[in-house]
Amino acid sequence: MTDVYLNERFVGSVTNGKSYVNTLRDERRKGVLPLEMNCFYDQEYDIVYVDTTKGRARRPLIVAENGKSKLTEKHIDELKSGTIKWEKLVKEGIIEYLDASEEENAYIALEEEELTKEHTHLEISPISILGLTTSLIPYANYGGSSRLIRGSKIQKQSLGLYATNYLLRMDTDVNVLLYAQNPITKTFMHDIYGWDKYPAGQNVTIAIMSYEGYNMEDSIVLNKSSVQRGLARSIYFKPFNAEELRYQGGLVDEVCIPDKEVKGYRSEKDYRLLEEDGIVSTNTKVGQDDVLIGKVSPPRFLGEFEEFNIATNVKRESSVALTHGDSGVIDAVILTENEEGNRLVQLRLRQSRIPEVGDKFASRHGQKGVISILVPAEDLPFTASGIVPDLIFSPHGIPSRMTISHLIEVIAGKAGALSGRSIDATTFDAMPEKEIRKVLESLGFRDNGTETVYSGIDGRELKTKIYVGNMYYLRLKHMVANKLHARATGKIQLLTRQPIEGRAQGGGLRVGEMEKDCFVAHGTSLLLKERFDSDRTIVRICENCGMFGVYDSFKNKEYCTKCGANVKISSIEVSYAFKLLLDELKSLCVYPKLILGRKY
Amino acid sequence: MLPEYLNERVSKALKREKLGLKDQNEILKKIEQTYENAKISPGEAIGVITAESFGEPSTQMTLNVFHFAGVAEMQVTVGLPRLVEIFDARKRPSTPEMKIPIKPKYAKTIEAVRQIAMSVRETKLVDISEQIVINVAKGNVEITLDRKKMRDLDIKPKEVLTKLIEGMKGLDVKEGENSIILKPKDKETVLSEVYKLKEKAKEIHIRGLKGVTHVLPIKNKEGDYIIHCAGSNLKEALLIEEAEKSRITTNDVFEVMDILGVEAARAAIINEAVKVLRDQGIDVDIRHIMFLADVMTRTGKIKGITRTGITGEKESVLARASFETPLKHIINASLIGERDDLNSVVENVILNQPVPLGTGLPGVIVKLPKGDKK
Repeated sequence: MTDVYLNERFVGSVTNGKSYVNTLRDERRKGVLPLEMNCFYDQEYDIVYVDTTKGRARRPLIVAENGKSKLTEKHIDELKSGTIKWEKLVKEGIIEYLDASEEENAYIALEEEELTKEHTHLEISPISILGLTTSLIPYANYGGSSRLIRGSKIQKQSLGLYATNYLLRMDTDVNVLLYAQNPITKTFMHDIYGWDKYPAGQNVTIAIMSYEGYNMEDSIVLNKSSVQRGLARSIYFKPFNAEELRYQGGLVDEVCIPDKEVKGYRSEKDYRLLEEDGIVSTNTKVGQDDVLIGKVSPPRFLGEFEEFNIATNVKRESSVALTHGDSGVIDAVILTENEEGNRLVQLRLRQSRIPEVGDKFASRHGQKGVISILVPAEDLPFTASGIVPDLIFSPHGIPSRMTISHLIEVIAGKAGALSGRSIDATTFDAMPEKEIRKVLESLGFRDNGTETVYSGIDGRELKTKIYVGNMYYLRLKHMVANKLHARATGKIQLLTRQPIEGRAQGGGLRVGEMEKDCFVAHGTSLLLKERFDSDRTIVRICENCGMFGVYDSFKNKEYCTKCGANVKISSIEVSYAFKLLLDELKSLCVYPKLILGRKY
Repeated sequence: MLPEYLNERVSKALKREKLGLKDQNEILKKIEQTYENAKISPGEAIGVITAESFGEPSTQMTLNVFHFAGVAEMQVTVGLPRLVEIFDARKRPSTPEMKIPIKPKYAKTIEAVRQIAMSVRETKLVDISEQIVINVAKGNVEITLDRKKMRDLDIKPKEVLTKLIEGMKGLDVKEGENSIILKPKDKETVLSEVYKLKEKAKEIHIRGLKGVTHVLPIKNKEGDYIIHCAGSNLKEALLIEEAEKSRITTNDVFEVMDILGVEAARAAIINEAVKVLRDQGIDVDIRHIMFLADVMTRTGKIKGITRTGITGEKESVLARASFETPLKHIINASLIGERDDLNSVVENVILNQPVPLGTGLPGVIVKLPKGDKK
């Protein structure tokens, strides 16, 4: 007797598990049982599991019987002409979806020729092992799995056209690539996906060579002239908003040009761009610290102020302004209301992002890199036919990573560009390398993709032939403009008096534990002290009791609160953090007595 | 200027080369110069440099999974976990291992070596018995010996019997037909006691080195036979007649310490650390490792670089508190009124004072004017 479990629950038993499962499957294919049902016979434990629950990952397979695929030529023709659809095949039991457990009972052939009597299913296509983004990689079967993973991860970071209505939207951190193109080397997935409608990347001419040592460690050299013609140019949008909040006592925030009486008034210059309504208009160029939306709020603690303050109307400044180092053009202003009925002002800042040193680019093969220099076209190497590459990629990126697909895309792209057609680079089913070579040869090029190249600096012919071709390159969303950060002095934390953290707040860059070790290892003791000086303070120590003394600046006198004025009080310089530590110890009833000695 | 042992070697070499006095002096000068240059200057932060020299490459260490594929090898902890084990001075390695070279005269054939290896491996009663059962009715334990296995290992039933009598004191050990019967002397024993007896009997040591669970005889490149043992027992290994005693190695540093003393333990630490680093293809200067081993063993005991080991013995309260368990250190310090002289690095970083190292080390000695005392 075989136990049967329906959705993990025991429902009864049958005499023969195997035949029972087969009947279930037949019934499903006939349409008697739901298509969502999957069953699995566990031979080892002699148990049947039937599952109809949601949340199981399932995949489609062609049903095979007696060594023959149920999907015939006729079906395919009908599919092509559009007389039948996928749904019909599923309904008729020609194609069925298996879940992970039912797959255990299945014997799946990869190709139709391999089918034997034992096979239960036929794979629709070997590409089904790949996901959406991975199947967008050209010649993926020529690359390692780890590189494919990286490649698909990178494609998700590429700039393109993310939505056609982006001008009407208020998304945070939006990048839109200008002049995005459809790739020359594409896979079947590009057509299914509609890549031509939402492209993300551009076809560039690349040369695989080194350039004056500027493309070391995965960095890339970009043609400055190409960039000036618009290569990889993108725009960046950033929203700002201000809401007129309501407070207790019927008070409301007000969007306006703040009065000079307002508490926390910035300088007059900061408000200069505001229109009468207290908002900057569209197409205004704004720079750092400029106020975008002027706003005043009622005082925080209303009750107290009314009693004591003569000036009854001291409002707080709460404008929205650009942070340090930010600039751009106001792209749109939207006045609206939010769900609570409060007046809402939304702005969109636009920035033109021209590729610069430090911006990140990648091909679709997990080969990412950062621009190290922009070189004018006249200084770049050129081929015998006068082609100047848009991008120079370092050959050192190839051997250890073994991304052969990257290399094949170069010649495939070249053949496609020269013959004026797109090349099919679908995984396992691409245009073979041999044919690409033939195309190149027929067009009068060397079949291995190399070219005679002349130095752009002195015009001499390079001793080696250089691999030149076309590739689809992606501009990734990581740009220096969003990341560049340095500071000399600035905001500090209230508690520790050490610099605050984070770029957005204009914080410092931490010299951490390991950086400290480097100073120590170099023996640069005084430099180390200077680095950690950000929170230094002068404290007065009573030499009698070893605790903090007091300095009365009004009387210009030093004394100890415990030992009085007739003790020696000395000033020492320590970090504020140490002063805090001593205070904390005292609050724990630990007496940290400082014994001062001579320094020298 | 040169230390004595170097001086001796240099003068010997000079004599051998038969050089003129002028040349001799020239060479001596050069040697002295080189020696002087190789000295570490006062105030050099050798501890931190050693730590960095270990720390940076060990971030590159990977768990080498490919290492064991298909090769007749034993599972041994390698890489970072092993390095941590050595420097933390764990009492037992997670995979103790011993290598026993066999004297050539006993290692004529691989069969002979295998025979020795089998005698090295620990044999317990369970290994040579077919079954060990409790006879509930009689309240005793019956052991059926596996004759075949015993023949393979060349163990006589008599030997088993004597070992059992030795190991199970206060018991009646009788030889039945085909089996050995253990019976508690006290007739009113509860069944659970009998069960305990049975479990104890299983673990009775019959032969071999205690703790050695697996053996693997291997012929190395030089043609010597070496028995690799999983499990280490140096004390007993040193008593093996066939072993080349001076070349037995173990990866249990504490065992080396117990049997051969602290200097041997220091050498063992160095060897073990070097082995791990070489395995991973990491090049750390041996002097860093030697320094670390010196620090660990300088008290005559092995102390790990942990809060219970050498780090916990730092003089400064603040330095100890900033490493691990600050509360414990501050509480104890406040209880006994500990004094911190701010002589080391971390304390001075906390106070924002120059660290007494490198450029911060030298002080200025000033003769004060007469009126100013103190």
